[in-house]
Amino acid sequence: MASRAAPTRESPPIPAGLARAHLLEMYRFLRLTRTLEERLTALYRQSKVIGGLFRSLGQEGESVASAYALERGPNRDVLSPLIRNLGSMLVMGAQPAEILRQYMAKAGSPTHGREMNVHFNDLERGFLGQISHLGDMIPVMTGIALTFKLRGEARVGLVYIGDGATSTGTFHEGLNFAAVQKVPLIVIGEYNRWAYSTPPHKQFAVQHLADKAQGYGIPATTVDGNDVLAVYEATRSAVERARRGEGVHFIEVKTYRRKGHAEHDDQHYVPRDELERWAKENDPVDRYVRQLLANEWVEERELKEIDERARVEIDEATDACVDEPLPAADTALAGVYVDPPAAPRHWYRIP
Amino acid sequence: MADVTYLEALRQGLWEEMERDPRVFILGEDVGLYGGAFKVTDGFVKRFGESRVIDTPISEAAIVGAAAGAAHMGLRPVAEMQFIDFISCAYDMLTNYVATARYRAGLATPIVVRGPCGGYVRGGPFHSQNPEAAFFHTPGLKIVYPATARDAKGLIKASIRDDDPVIYLEHKWLYRRIKEPVPEGEEILTPIGEARLAREGKHLSIVTYGATVWKSLEAAEQLEKEDGLSTEVLDLRTLLPMDDAAIMRTVQKTNKVLLVHEDTRTGGVAGEIAARINEQAFAWLDGPIMRVTAHDVPLPYAPTLEDFVLPQTEDIVKAARWLAAY
Repeated sequence: MASRAAPTRESPPIPAGLARAHLLEMYRFLRLTRTLEERLTALYRQSKVIGGLFRSLGQEGESVASAYALERGPNRDVLSPLIRNLGSMLVMGAQPAEILRQYMAKAGSPTHGREMNVHFNDLERGFLGQISHLGDMIPVMTGIALTFKLRGEARVGLVYIGDGATSTGTFHEGLNFAAVQKVPLIVIGEYNRWAYSTPPHKQFAVQHLADKAQGYGIPATTVDGNDVLAVYEATRSAVERARRGEGVHFIEVKTYRRKGHAEHDDQHYVPRDELERWAKENDPVDRYVRQLLANEWVEERELKEIDERARVEIDEATDACVDEPLPAADTALAGVYVDPPAAPRHWYRIP
Repeated sequence: MADVTYLEALRQGLWEEMERDPRVFILGEDVGLYGGAFKVTDGFVKRFGESRVIDTPISEAAIVGAAAGAAHMGLRPVAEMQFIDFISCAYDMLTNYVATARYRAGLATPIVVRGPCGGYVRGGPFHSQNPEAAFFHTPGLKIVYPATARDAKGLIKASIRDDDPVIYLEHKWLYRRIKEPVPEGEEILTPIGEARLAREGKHLSIVTYGATVWKSLEAAEQLEKEDGLSTEVLDLRTLLPMDDAAIMRTVQKTNKVLLVHEDTRTGGVAGEIAARINEQAFAWLDGPIMRVTAHDVPLPYAPTLEDFVLPQTEDIVKAARWLAAY
């Protein structure tokens, strides 16, 4: 356990059973997420990112804090991130260079250029990539959690779902099945105000996503999604409950999507003052920093060091992969089945 | 006569039908204030109001199902799939409910389900699909797939006026890439079920639809210049019901036929066309019916991979040369 810096006066105890080292590590993941996304934005503007770019600005807090409540390490807990949960993947051990290679469709990317952005997985490290069809990961993560239960393993699953995606059929079917089976699954419902351009009142008639949980007979909590420690604490208690065999828990995190759906989206449908207010008053990283410093849990110097390390790490990751080649064209044919190992090449493409 | 893009022509067609018929309404994700992911319905909510341009939750099954119900009651819904890849979420509603409604229950279901499809845009496996084959096999649905701006307009109008359910596939690679004069004020209706001769020729025929119409025309141009080959190009425009007569006419004229589509090969529409030619025009063939299609893999993201998987102009040229020499 990390040693605590000698404070000049008694600072309040760190909540949720966390130590100073944990606080700093969570800060590192927050900073790494933001720095990496800023780098991706620059690469997008240089046309190095092939497809769209999806930012999680303003939502890094809940992504990092919820994942941080899981047990990490080979074959421990498993989560399934969405497009705005880059932070959760970094917590589980995804490397910035992997993300950069994915966005730039490099041959050496985890999917060898077949899939884009954060759509990749490593079940051993504990993350299962999403597909674009929203809601589909709820039943899949239900199956993963069901396996933990059937095998009697003390592992849990965690799955993210956006406010818009709670309107899908697969969300309903998956969550209901998970509830009936009492599988060890935590569902993080991200109330981030915008599903592309659609506001919550056009998406559902309940006020809170947590209200939906009642219909499935599962407990739900609503937390301030931009309060890192509150999200951590709520997730940790749901994880402990799930690990004890008490079944599914739904956690609604109230947050705000501060960028467009993707980088091309100018957000003309978003009230400007609302955006500015969230940026100024309710940025999860700023709030976390203020909290850490005000309570004298960490020193500013330590945060600055982390900032600098994150910058260097992203620089190095970028340098390592930016000039790597795209995949060789005919590698497109491999990997649809185990056998045959590659799809046949059309006759007019045989050299 | 102003030059309009494929996208603008589609927009005009939708707009004119909304103006003409108060029963027509639009529903889909982000179609209102945002104007749709590709801006097809830009400005519609301002003109027609929120009761006729309905922003829906992310619920494709509900969009199609609700469209069906409204259609039973006499309305003319146009449902947008934000990307056609998401039509799979409404597969049950479309194939089990909508397609069977007239036959099993005598219910009219005049809905249009439209959305951007197709690749060549680095969209990856979930924003590039061509779903026609999944629905081509379902009696009760019609499927149209315009390749030109004029047909984008003519077919959306005909689809809305059709008394049966129509899946309208619009190619996002064509949205802003092609432009042509489309007369204003004149009523443009493209009859459903009628193919279009896109280029006349006498040595061989290419039967195709969608974005590969343009790649086939490009190939035909090259074959003319470099080989002196005269290639006919037939743009199907409607896949279901298929214009057998037009296909057989071109086969009987050139006696050699190349089928081209962007979708994957196995179980693709070309297989059905080949079977029909075999049944109806075998005696006129002077060579095997050949196909140029995507390879049988999910569509990958990296440009090198996508270009390899999808049919390209040079593939059509190469296959046509082989067939011409047969």
